[in-house]
Amino acid sequence: MLLELRELSVIRRNREVLRDVGLSIAAGELVGLIGPNGAGKSTLMEAAIGLIPFSGVSNLAAMDATARARAAAYLPQSREIAWPVSVEDLVALGRIPWPGSGRSSEDRKAIEAAMTRMGLEPFRHRTALRLSGGEQARALIARALAQEAPLLIADEPVAGLDPAQQLACLRLFQGLAGEGRGLLVSIHDLGLAARFCSRLVLLAKGRILADGSPDHVLRDEVIREAFGITTRRIDTPDGPAILPI
Amino acid sequence: MRPLFAMLILVTAMLFAASLITGPAGLSVVDGLRALLLGGEGPMPIVMREIRLPRAVLGLVVGGGLGLTGAAMQGYLRNPLAEPGLIGVSGMAALGAVLAIQTGLSLSAAMALPLSALLGAGMGAGLLVALAGPRGGSVTLILAGIAISALANAGTALVLNLSPNPYAANEIVFWLMGSLADRSMLHVWLVLPPMVLGAMLIWTTARDLDALTLGENAAAAMGVSPTTLRWRLVAGVALIVGPATAVGGVIGFVGLVVPHILRPWVGARPSALLPASALGGAALVLAADIAVRLILPERDLKLGVLTAIVGAPLFLHLIWKTRSGGRM
Repeated sequence: MLLELRELSVIRRNREVLRDVGLSIAAGELVGLIGPNGAGKSTLMEAAIGLIPFSGVSNLAAMDATARARAAAYLPQSREIAWPVSVEDLVALGRIPWPGSGRSSEDRKAIEAAMTRMGLEPFRHRTALRLSGGEQARALIARALAQEAPLLIADEPVAGLDPAQQLACLRLFQGLAGEGRGLLVSIHDLGLAARFCSRLVLLAKGRILADGSPDHVLRDEVIREAFGITTRRIDTPDGPAILPI
Repeated sequence: MRPLFAMLILVTAMLFAASLITGPAGLSVVDGLRALLLGGEGPMPIVMREIRLPRAVLGLVVGGGLGLTGAAMQGYLRNPLAEPGLIGVSGMAALGAVLAIQTGLSLSAAMALPLSALLGAGMGAGLLVALAGPRGGSVTLILAGIAISALANAGTALVLNLSPNPYAANEIVFWLMGSLADRSMLHVWLVLPPMVLGAMLIWTTARDLDALTLGENAAAAMGVSPTTLRWRLVAGVALIVGPATAVGGVIGFVGLVVPHILRPWVGARPSALLPASALGGAALVLAADIAVRLILPERDLKLGVLTAIVGAPLFLHLIWKTRSGGRM
């Protein structure tokens, strides 16, 4: 298992944000983490990777910092780029957990592969801060790819992207899963989640409400309990469209 | 990038040499350098080895230290307005020096003033650790630093207020303006070891500072430990700015302006900015220290005054550039 969480609980300011969460992700799985705002999705990711204190077990948090960074790449929700570095230098930051200071031949190979994959060659020398939001998001994903970790944990990677970019991003994630990587991706659009993820995990009020195939998780009664809304599902040849009502 | 470093090294080396041959003694370049390297009879070797060499070496290390710590602080806080004085250690060093002048301790022994300043710097660093706590974030650290600076400034103002006579007050005010004049090799040996240690500590944070470009969480997920990074950085900055203030007084704007100017030239990478900024800081302070000797040789123009006079308009220019479209 690339990710293995058992009885994971997080208490923040005397409030239980996560309770007894168990979750495992195998190679080749694209797992969508869904749930209402405040359900604990970001907290789950932060705890899994050992960024915040928790009780319970996380296989990643148990590793030393370098081993962990080689086992899992993490894309936070905030797309922060503090300095006007070039796109190439930004992607090269993904090599920090590896020896070679970003200049060894393995480093160069990983950086070039990640940039090619995200279509960033034309922007190579451009300042990352001057790119559009979508291009910045792509550069940051390329950074995570350059890390060459078998597991990618991405917090709302498609939020704020236009429909074409959202599709491109999720297709890329599907491709990565097809190559044998594991992915945990939080996502708000239930339709996109159902179409692209091999498995969905629904989190509500800090607990896992459902875990399984998209059809199993996106049942009317489950959605009503988690989100307090009803949805209309329209099946299309390209997958289901899920309309909140 | 390589040409930039070659140029910075060349400029710094030339300014170091120029600093050695600038002074009221009126030695020719050849005579001066011969006296420095080969020694000999008469006052020339003494002038070169006991007066000018320490001054040039201190210009190099104090300027380099201020540039390096400025770049490190800006990288750590991800803020181009950060500067080494922010953690309050230089303010406490100044208070230590001021107290030594006030009590007359500075007259009792040659090294009493810098030692007292180092003691102040050490107390400042200790206070910072106590206030910011082992787990506090960068905001807590800066707030603690600002509080310590305020305290040190209040203490300095109090000493000035209560100074027994105008001469003592005068001496304190002049010391606070910063200067590298009349320092000895003893000063150099006093501050060099902690400053080298501090520079080595800061150098170990280079990759972590790069990782911080992506924010604290992303950096932590790439293996950066926020706690050890913070203490390595704080210790490194304190080990440099404490001694720098102890021998040079308050030399402003170098740690703020130099990283700012050089950032675009190194592709904005915090790790590359560290050595560039160290060289740039050394060049700026050496140049300013030569200028104070040339502009008003008989009036004892203070180094800190000159760096502020040069630094403030440079900074205004940068703000102007930022306002008119470019990013910092």
